[in-house]
Amino acid sequence: MAEIRIENLHKAFGDFVAVKNSNFVVHDGEFLALLGPSGCGKTTTLRMIAGLELPTDGAILLDGENVTFNRARDRDIAFVFQLFALYPHMNVRKNIGFPLLAQGVPAAEIRTRVEETAKLLQIDHILDKPVSGLAGGDRQRVALGRAIVRRPKCFLMDEPLGTLDAEFRDVMVRELRELHNRIKATTVYVTHDQLEAMAMADKIAIMNKGVVEQFGTPEEVYNRPATLFVADFIGSPGMNFIRFEGALQAGDRAIQIGGAPVAVPEIHETLTKGPRVLGVRPEHVRFDPASPLRGTVYETEYLGTTQIVALELLGSIVRARTGAERSFTLGEELGVTFDAKRLSLFDAETGRAVDTALMREKPVAVEPRARKTAHG
Amino acid sequence: MSGASKHLATAHSVVEPGPWAKRIAGTLVVLYALITMIPLFWIVTTSIKTPPDSISYPPKIFNFTPSIEGYCNLFTTRSRQTQEYIESLGPATSRCDQIARDRSMVVVGESNYWPRFVNSIIIAFGSTFLAVFLGTLAAYGFSRFRVPLKDDLLFFILSTRMMPPIAVAIPIYLMYRELGLSDTALGMILLYTAINVSLAVWLLKGFIDEIPREYEEAALIDGYTRMQAFFRVVLPQATTGIAATAIFCLIFAWNEYAFAVLLTSGTAQTAPPFIPTIIGEGGMDWPAVGAGTTIFLVPILVFTILLRKQLLRGITFGAVRK
Repeated sequence: MAEIRIENLHKAFGDFVAVKNSNFVVHDGEFLALLGPSGCGKTTTLRMIAGLELPTDGAILLDGENVTFNRARDRDIAFVFQLFALYPHMNVRKNIGFPLLAQGVPAAEIRTRVEETAKLLQIDHILDKPVSGLAGGDRQRVALGRAIVRRPKCFLMDEPLGTLDAEFRDVMVRELRELHNRIKATTVYVTHDQLEAMAMADKIAIMNKGVVEQFGTPEEVYNRPATLFVADFIGSPGMNFIRFEGALQAGDRAIQIGGAPVAVPEIHETLTKGPRVLGVRPEHVRFDPASPLRGTVYETEYLGTTQIVALELLGSIVRARTGAERSFTLGEELGVTFDAKRLSLFDAETGRAVDTALMREKPVAVEPRARKTAHG
Repeated sequence: MSGASKHLATAHSVVEPGPWAKRIAGTLVVLYALITMIPLFWIVTTSIKTPPDSISYPPKIFNFTPSIEGYCNLFTTRSRQTQEYIESLGPATSRCDQIARDRSMVVVGESNYWPRFVNSIIIAFGSTFLAVFLGTLAAYGFSRFRVPLKDDLLFFILSTRMMPPIAVAIPIYLMYRELGLSDTALGMILLYTAINVSLAVWLLKGFIDEIPREYEEAALIDGYTRMQAFFRVVLPQATTGIAATAIFCLIFAWNEYAFAVLLTSGTAQTAPPFIPTIIGEGGMDWPAVGAGTTIFLVPILVFTILLRKQLLRGITFGAVRK
């Protein structure tokens, strides 16, 4: 297993820049999700790590070895494609054994290793079936089997659950994470689905227009988004943005919105007057009849245990997540407060998060791989 | 069966033609097939007629006595002899010998038909193999790699088919004479390959374009070279396209007449220019010509029947996208 180090990785297709000066490190045994909307460069990054695309600039290091321009077959990595790319003219057994055949592994050993792998993935009963008749989940497992049978340095997966239906995807998410816990292989997983990324990954790299906007644990990207894009992309519904004009002073613990003071985490930098954004997660909106901030109920969405209440507040729509037991009437006026310690501030011009006490909060110490074992 | 479902069972489907439409279409297809079969029928029946029957007027369509004279004449050469000489010989050694003697002739040797037929097989299959082999490699390159001026090159390749090949017959004739390729199997193989390879590239490119790149990429990552990935992953999936292309190339090379007449006369002559040269006593020996043509049809018939599924796929190729 190996560490993957990406240094100033850059890829242009003619005039179109697909990946712009990316830098990140995936530590040995870590599960990284590359998350972003389509066309953000996540798949291109993955293909460059695999050796299917060559970068315009920058370096890729596998376990310290520079493999930037090495052939794919010399990198000792495994790749799971979105459509699985199972060879249609071979049965399951031959598909899984195909990488071993390339390495010149003796037939008897291929047989035992394929069977071990199939047992691990619980597909040993379909080994001699043709791949064409398999169900989506079994195809997925065969593709995984072909990847793990070789014991490569790392796994690269390109939206491997993208074609499965929602119900089955949840099952596979759990299976994939369980598999990762068992074999502890460094994994880079491309997805546009934040739930998949949050559920599986130790680290998430959120990409937008070829740029890695933030790299961190799921908790970090959710609780301390580094940019407006990340704040909006992560979370469902996304973070509420309240625009305001103002100067920020280091040491301040409140800002002025609509004439009312709003407590925020202590600000650590000074910014002159300009357009700013206050970011509030829906679950950090509270109702307090005494609050001077007043909003009117615009719509409600009932979700069973919680409900989403959309309020018209200071000219924008603010969504609040609250218990399902309370009922609201449309047009009802409510006093609103926010959970002061959990608010984000952004500079609207650059989209960057303002340095506050929240941003400097020590990440909660979690052993990355122990964190998810509850699944297993 | 309830009323509603009875109604459904007899209802017209939007996509399925109705029973009458099917019957009419079926009749038309059978009629068309019968009409196209007439020349074939005439060739085959002519081959089993006697020479007088083959040119009788009004023509004998069914009311003739079958005879193997055509086949005898096709494979033998005969010379006319006096009745005394024929009677001085011993009894006839074969049925063909007997038929010849009945016409006051004796068999003096084998004809050139069989060597010409073998030439046809060598040249047609050789050129088909070469055209499909080169075409597959070129099509793969065009399909997968960034080739400079790709579209222009593809158009150039197609443009070689825009005039009838015979239009360049004279330059080719002169070129072949200078190069010593006239009347050689190699020369004919090269010529038919050159004519067929453009068709092969275009047909195969379409088929290879349909094979997802992920298969090769998976093989490349699994530790194979580009060449190994091509042979182990792409080729097995391109077999349909390769078979369809091979049939088209083979049919052209097998039936080609004009260049064969022009460039071959002896050792490398193929069957098509040879068959019309079968002349009997006092005019064309039509049963022998019919026999030569009938035998000539057999290989292509067998090949087409063996690969008919692929041929159909090749014809309808591109009509429906997945």
